[in-house]
Amino acid sequence: MSIKILIPTPLRPFTGRQEEVEVDGRNVGEALEGLITSHPQLRNHLFTADGKLRSFVNVYLNDEDIRYTGLQQTPVKSSDTLAIIPSIAGGCCCCC
Amino acid sequence: MAINLSDAHATAVRSHAEATYPHECCGILLGRTVSGVRQVDEVVRMRNANTTTPHNRFDFDPKEHLQVQRGARERGLEVVGFYHSHPDHPARPSQYDLDNASWPGYSYIIVAVARGVAQELNAFELAEDRSHFIQEAVLATNRVGSV
Repeated sequence: MSIKILIPTPLRPFTGRQEEVEVDGRNVGEALEGLITSHPQLRNHLFTADGKLRSFVNVYLNDEDIRYTGLQQTPVKSSDTLAIIPSIAGGCCCCC
Repeated sequence: MAINLSDAHATAVRSHAEATYPHECCGILLGRTVSGVRQVDEVVRMRNANTTTPHNRFDFDPKEHLQVQRGARERGLEVVGFYHSHPDHPARPSQYDLDNASWPGYSYIIVAVARGVAQELNAFELAEDRSHFIQEAVLATNRVGSV
């Protein structure tokens, strides 16, 4: 089935400036694989060399973080939307 | 690349930084990229979800981030960057900032706060190889301090 993946701003150069991409898949993993198959330059931005999602990459299936719904095995249906959201953190120093 | 931050938006960032002092503030810059310049149209305050050491760390609440991104999209805006404060530290990225950066292509604004008063405000972009930050020009603003 086809679902929609929302592309964050800095990754749009790798999708031909598309803000969203339609992909096929039965679960989140297949959908993400479909995304990087159609847009291979995204692979290094989303996955580590050993194929794991980068630590700062959060994936939401509709309103749910996939870490709490079965990770990449989370099933999807055609009305679903996947959102890729970077984890944002920082801070001034380690000294105080 | 450069970032276009109006005086009003720079003031919004500074005000947030002063309001949360001695804790770090954080937020999202919404707008669009025009002719290679990231144009800020809205400054959105975020809650610092780091309750353990908020004086030298900040974390976004991921669900709040998702909601802001969704709202921006509905209004035709993009997330062009993020900001946070460095209470009693310079407006330069720390090693911790670098270790926790996401993708190149965002602007990262840092505002220094000294004894509760906002000081220098600088903007940075992550290098393509993620090894360091590159300072970028901040346009259209009368800032305290310099870039």
